[in-house]
Amino acid sequence: MNLSSLLSAMPGAIAQGLIWGIMAIGVYITYKVLDVADLTVDGTMATGGVVCVALMVNGVPLWVALLCAVLAGMLAGLLTGVFHTFMGIPAILSGILTQFSLYSINLWIMGFKSNMAINVTRYHLLVSGRNVKKLAFSNPIFVVAVAIVLLILVLYWFFGTERGCALRATGANPAMARAMGINTARSKILGLMISNGIVALSSALFTQYQGAADVNMGRGAIVIGLAAVIISEVAFSAIFHNFGFKLLGVALGAVIYYMVIQVVLWLKLNPLMLKLFSAMVVALFLAIPYWKEKLAAHVSRKGGSKHA
Amino acid sequence: MLDLINVRKTFNPRTVNERVALDHINLHLNDGDFVTIIGGNGAGKSTILNAIAGVWPVDEGSIIIDGNDVTNLPEHRRAAFLGRVFQDPMTGTAASMQIEENLALARRRGERRTLRLGITRAEREEYRERLKTLGLGLEDRMTAKVGLLSGGQRQALTLLMATLKKPKLLLLDEHTAALDPHTAAKVLQLSDQIVRENGLMTMMVTHNMRDAIAYGNRLIMMHAGNIILDISGEDKKKLTVPDLMEAFARASGGEFNSDRALLG
Repeated sequence: MNLSSLLSAMPGAIAQGLIWGIMAIGVYITYKVLDVADLTVDGTMATGGVVCVALMVNGVPLWVALLCAVLAGMLAGLLTGVFHTFMGIPAILSGILTQFSLYSINLWIMGFKSNMAINVTRYHLLVSGRNVKKLAFSNPIFVVAVAIVLLILVLYWFFGTERGCALRATGANPAMARAMGINTARSKILGLMISNGIVALSSALFTQYQGAADVNMGRGAIVIGLAAVIISEVAFSAIFHNFGFKLLGVALGAVIYYMVIQVVLWLKLNPLMLKLFSAMVVALFLAIPYWKEKLAAHVSRKGGSKHA
Repeated sequence: MLDLINVRKTFNPRTVNERVALDHINLHLNDGDFVTIIGGNGAGKSTILNAIAGVWPVDEGSIIIDGNDVTNLPEHRRAAFLGRVFQDPMTGTAASMQIEENLALARRRGERRTLRLGITRAEREEYRERLKTLGLGLEDRMTAKVGLLSGGQRQALTLLMATLKKPKLLLLDEHTAALDPHTAAKVLQLSDQIVRENGLMTMMVTHNMRDAIAYGNRLIMMHAGNIILDISGEDKKKLTVPDLMEAFARASGGEFNSDRALLG
């Protein structure tokens, strides 16, 4: 257990964290803005990469493949949205249904193989794990950081438009939104599409980073996304109030998550136990606001009786 | 103008809990009418407002606002015609959004949401002026989250939002019931002022008989999904609380058994 091995692993952790930070921004849009826990992302986090790699190995240019990956993610979001609004299925179950069907779809896209490699020496990739320690513009940390800034700028603009405000109102108070003439079903579908499009982008970048798409790569993605959202709230809620900075905080939350994971691995925790560890940490942090409220109620009860 | 023609609504149909909430209601309102609606619990007061707003579809009948048959329109499409204020101060506003953002949402009620800016500089000035008329100092807190406001402040804001874009019909659903008496009186006064200034066709549900008599030019009493009393003009001006109690006892064939109504 020497410190230098930890330090040498950090650039990789940061790059992965940033890529998953894009995914976490997608989760933030459904979980925080739209107030929907969308489990589609476990499927979309594979679909984006699967589509991207499958297209690229068939000679489709990088940018077209990326665009198609995003569109595939948006389609998955559309499906969940239709399940939820048009067919009246609860949001969580809608996401699970889409996620479940995406498993077959992902396999089908890859010709019923469970994974598909893409070699950075043969294909022009946007990000690659091989460049993570290079001091160059091709370093994935730099590329993904730029991508995140651009993404946040676009989202900041969008959520300030009339349509974006309608989407926020739908998440904040659906009854009020309908009274204001907002089609809440359409808003939800749009939000799910945007979110899953972003997640698919993250997935496409991640497959390039690790040089392969895998049908299982999205498993538990929602937990990592939620972890990033929660970490950002704990770490940055006091300093980031602006919507754009909140999104940045979520991306940084994912980076922190991956750095912590790196430390945990460095401490020789069995990597197969990581999911249990992550889930427990997320559960704990999800409970904090609830406990805080209970504690506050308890304190005010006590305080009230003192004055009575 | 508003027309309810033979409107019927049954809750929990074909179950033991089946209840006819609106029993073939017919109602005509003229432009500028300010109708107060009273009745005991479960009489159908709020149900009639929800039927008009399209919270759920009605079983039978038609709802026509200003010549537009809205019976088959979903709630969000009817919003173009309606301003609404609810009993729960939490319902009418988005707590996690700013005061000015809430107003901007209301300004666009019933309009297509485009990719233009959700709130413009010129609008902000207008909102500042409109908020000043409330006299609550909200014009200096326009970027504050609505969740920070008190119940009374939120209801006043909701009232402003409901009328920011002039509605064909204003629906006030016991909108002062959750407020303390002093705040309730203020919000009610404000409602009356806004209704008068804009000549709004208004339906106001209330539990308070004195308010029902004091405000508006027409009074409707409901019981078991029916309109059992409909008084307007000079007759309404002469109305007293005992008159209403008696009318209720006669029409319903029983005691007025809501203590909240008795307390009014």
